[in-house]
Formats: sequence, C-alpha cells, structure tokens
Amino acid sequence: MATEVHNLQELRRSASLATKVFIQRDYSDGTICQFQTKFPPELDSRIERQLFEETVKTLNSFYAEAEKIGGSSYLEGCLACATAYFIFLCMETHYEKVLKKISRYIQEQNEKVFAPRGLLLTDPVERGMRVIEISIYEDRCSSGSSSSASLPTPPEKDPSPSNRECPSCMIKRLRLTEVK
Amino acid sequence: MPPGGGGPMKDCEYSQISTHSSSPMESPHKKKKIAARRKWEVFPGRNKFFCNGRIMMARQTGVFYLTLVLILVTSGLFFAFDCPYLAVKITPAIPVVGGILFFFVMGTLLRTSFSDPGVLPRATPDEAADLERQIDIANGTSSGGYRPPPRTKEVIINGQTVKLKYCFTCKIFRPPRASHCSLCDNCVERFDHHCPWVGNCVGKRNYRFFYMFILSLSFLTVFIFAFVITHVILRSQQAGFLNALKDSPASVLEAVVCFFSVWSIVGLSGFHTYLISSNQTTNEDIKGSWSNKRGKENYNPYSYGNIFTNCCVALCGPISPSLIDRRGYIQPDTPQPAAPSNGMATYGATQSQSDMGLHTSPWSGRHGPPSGANLSKEVFLEATQCGPSAVCRPESPTTEAMTNRLRHRYVFRKEAVTLQDLGVESMRRPGAGSQECPLPVSLGTR
Repeated sequence: MATEVHNLQELRRSASLATKVFIQRDYSDGTICQFQTKFPPELDSRIERQLFEETVKTLNSFYAEAEKIGGSSYLEGCLACATAYFIFLCMETHYEKVLKKISRYIQEQNEKVFAPRGLLLTDPVERGMRVIEISIYEDRCSSGSSSSASLPTPPEKDPSPSNRECPSCMIKRLRLTEVK
Repeated sequence: MPPGGGGPMKDCEYSQISTHSSSPMESPHKKKKIAARRKWEVFPGRNKFFCNGRIMMARQTGVFYLTLVLILVTSGLFFAFDCPYLAVKITPAIPVVGGILFFFVMGTLLRTSFSDPGVLPRATPDEAADLERQIDIANGTSSGGYRPPPRTKEVIINGQTVKLKYCFTCKIFRPPRASHCSLCDNCVERFDHHCPWVGNCVGKRNYRFFYMFILSLSFLTVFIFAFVITHVILRSQQAGFLNALKDSPASVLEAVVCFFSVWSIVGLSGFHTYLISSNQTTNEDIKGSWSNKRGKENYNPYSYGNIFTNCCVALCGPISPSLIDRRGYIQPDTPQPAAPSNGMATYGATQSQSDMGLHTSPWSGRHGPPSGANLSKEVFLEATQCGPSAVCRPESPTTEAMTNRLRHRYVFRKEAVTLQDLGVESMRRPGAGSQECPLPVSLGTR
C-alpha cells in the first residue's frame, strides 16, 4: 500500500501534467451541492462522454443523499440538540459518512476508469466543494502511441529516462519490476 | 491479453494522496528534520487558532471574554446568593432548572465561538488561473489589462435571478448566500453576520448553535431576573425593602445586568426566529434582497414554502463538515492557495489596532493609492457590533465595492507578475508563449 502511494506520488511529480479541467458547481437548484454535467471539450479525446456524465451524476446523487432533509436527519439534529451537541464528539454525522463513501467511489473510479486514460480525479472536498478537478497527464507511452491510450499495454523494453510515460504504464512497470 | 492487465492492476491501489491523512506522508529518508506543519498554521484568513487547530475564532476576542464574564458572574451570583434562599422557600427545582439552562447556554456559546462557521478555502493557483482565463474569454479582453470590470455571474435559482460575485481575495465566485467577512478575511457560506459577542462569524455551520445560544440565554436572563425579583420581594415582606437589599446586595447587580440585557437578547431572538422561519440571513434581510418592495416578482428562492419546514431545516438539517481541514498536515506537493500579499498583511495588522468600525472617513476625499496604515481605516467603515438596539450589520454594498477595487489593486501590485507567480509554468496560454503581465506604471512598486 505504501509503495503504491509512493508510486502515485512519484508519477505525479515525474509524469508531466498537461492541464487541469475544472467542473464547476451547478447552482440552478439552490445551494445544494451539485456539479455541472456539461462535458468539457478538453476531455473530448480522452474519455467517453457517457462515462464522464455517469461519474458526475453518481457524485451528484451521493451529495444529494448527504444533504437529504428527512426523518433521519431531523432525528439526528434533535438528538444532537438534546445533548447540547456533545454527541458530535463521539459519533460522526451522516454527512461525514457519505463523504467517506464518496472518496472511496472516487478512488475506485480513478483506478478503473480515469487512470488508464491518463486522467486523475480530485475529491471535491479537497477543493472546498467548489470544483471537481480533473488532471490531464501527457500521454506519451514508451509503446509509442500518441493518441489516447484507452487500454494499457506493457512496455517491451525499459523506457529511457527522457521518455515520459503515462501514469498507468509507469505503475505497471514499477509493479512488474517489484514482482521480478 | 496483456499480461499486466489482470492481477497486478487489481492489487495496485490508486489511493488518492489524501490531504486528510493524519500522518505526514513524507519520504522516510529526507525531511525528518522539517516538522510537518498543520494547515491551520498557514491559514490565510485572519483567524486565531487554539488547541492545535481544534478551536477557531476571529482575531478580536475581547468582547467574547466580556460576554463570558457577564454570563458567568451573573449566574454565579445567582446560584451563590439567591438559590439557597429560593430553594428552601419555594422549591429546589429552581437551581436545577437554572443549572440546566446555564449549561445549555455555555455549551451553545462555546460551540458557536469555537467552530468553523463555514469558511470557504481559497482557490488553488490552478483554479484561479482557470477562472481568470474563463472570465477573459467571457469579457473578450486580454488579461494583460489591469482594473477589469467587476466580475459577476448570473444564475437562475428556482425562478429568481441571483448574481454570484467574484471574490478578489479568495479568487472564487462566491456560491449563493456566501459573503466575504472583512473582519476575518474569509468567504463564509450562508453568511449571516460577524458577531463580536461570540468572537466569530455566524454562518452555515454554526447558525443553529448561535440561535440556540440566544434563545437559551433569553430564557436564562428572564429566569434569573424573575427569581431575583421574587427573592427581593420575599425578603422585603419579612424585613423591609432596604434591609432586603442590604442582605443580598448581589441581587441588585444581577437585576441590573438582566434588565439591560433582556431587551436586546429577547429582541434578537425574536428577530432570528423571524429570519429562520422565512429562511433568510441577516445579510439578505438588511439588503432587502427578497423583500416585496423590490418588485412583485421578488420572492425568496431558498424558502421551502412553510414556516415549519424552514425551521426544521435550519435547526435540524444536516451539518456539513468543515472544508478547511485545519488539523490536516501540509503535503509538500499539493497546491496551496495563493498567499495574501504583503499589502494584505499590513491591512490585517493595522486593523487589529483600529477600533471596531468607528472610522467613517470617506474614501472619495483621497487621491492616489493609500498607504497600508490608512487603508485599514478607510476600508472598515462598518460597525458590526450587536448593540442593545441594533442588529449586527454586515458590509454594505458600497464599501464592498470599494473593498474589492482596493483589493484588486493590491492583487495586481503584489501578485501575478508573470504566469510563474501563479505556479502554472506548465500551462500555456493559447497563441502565446509565456508572457509577462505588464505592471501598470502608475501604481508604482512597493
């Protein structure tokens, strides 16, 4: 686990970051947390529109669940009030539980969908819930493909240090060297 | 089938480099000498932090200590001098109820004062640059120019047009109902007002605690006042009025304090009950944003339609967690928000010396850019004190516009000379190499 995290840090430093795209908030329904599902043109060649929209819509539904006003949230609020809000010292709120679910979902999406395409999603909570930051990494695998690498292919030889790899290839190379 | 496709990829966890991690993620060989710093230590706003980032307050806390002293002394005197007599003469339930009220008041006061009101973290340099680019595209001007027009975005919320303003300090478009507190130098979500009596802003995350505080304090004040009067009356029946006062001099002090407080606190509770039931903030009410006087079509788009739902949502709705992550460790490779320029720092230093909003010298009489010391006096024109008969007032529109203009000037003086300053070396602007934003000569350099 530590090595993978270290690898991801390394790739962030060494893999060249081409640009970042920011998905802004959608305030048309008020102050509830929702992100715009409009497909940014920079991602046109990188990821399918449908996958992207699905990710954003799932995130929106998670946030709606966190901010849902209903019986359970009222109960939590009344209980907290009755204990003069000391109960928050021991137990975590419903919102925090959903945020943890969201960060697990984002990790999973990064692993399965975004990293193989040379993209990385940043959890909105780290950006003050203002934007979904998508980092686009330069896509120059040693295998020579210059267009979007939707499927990771293993390198045939060790890449020279001057060649920049896409994130998934680098991870795979490091994994393979570890296995050996 | 690619050999690396199945097994190793499954084990490889792309764990997000979390800035929420409780342990510093540093390489073990280097950086042992540098102690990991927590984010509150480099927080750009004008706040004070205690207990290693657990407690967060505004910079000016003098009035908060006064509030504490008043409540503690009055309640202490009540329990020490009046309760023994009343518990025996009437019922022992009096000190019990008084005790419960007192603990509730203290609990909610400390919660209001010490918690994050809903501060929005400032934009990272990448985010700020992206927004600037989009604004330039929208305005059709090149970003080399200085003093661009005020930046607003319009959104339609439930049929009402709401203007989102760009905050020059935090470099974000403020969400609806958010406002920038000039005293704390932060954008706060659902900003209600800055309350010096609790030493903190009142915003989305601590509004319910604030309301519970003033409500329970009203009950406590009325309770103490009523029973102090009862105590004096009962004693006067036995020994005469003057002797009664001599026997319990503390009662006089308590009665005086309670008498003067009850009007303002009960009044404030009533006002906030009205605000909660109509789902408005003090800010919106003062500006008359949703009042019928602006037009027949003007209504509050955030209201849920009925009083009961509005109250329930305000008091028992979900609480969002703090977005500023005060106790997280600073990661070496994560982007930090653009630090305030030195102009801002002097802005803050002199503010702490100035009285709270008693300077009303007009800006229009001044020529040329002001020096740092005068700047703080000019800009903080508002009295945001919760006086006995006044309501805590937020920044008025005119000073906000002025403030924004001044801040913008400072931004262009100290920051963003080149793209490098924004930390976006790798990003290129379309159709240009890396080019410098020319500093306007008239503003001079510092």
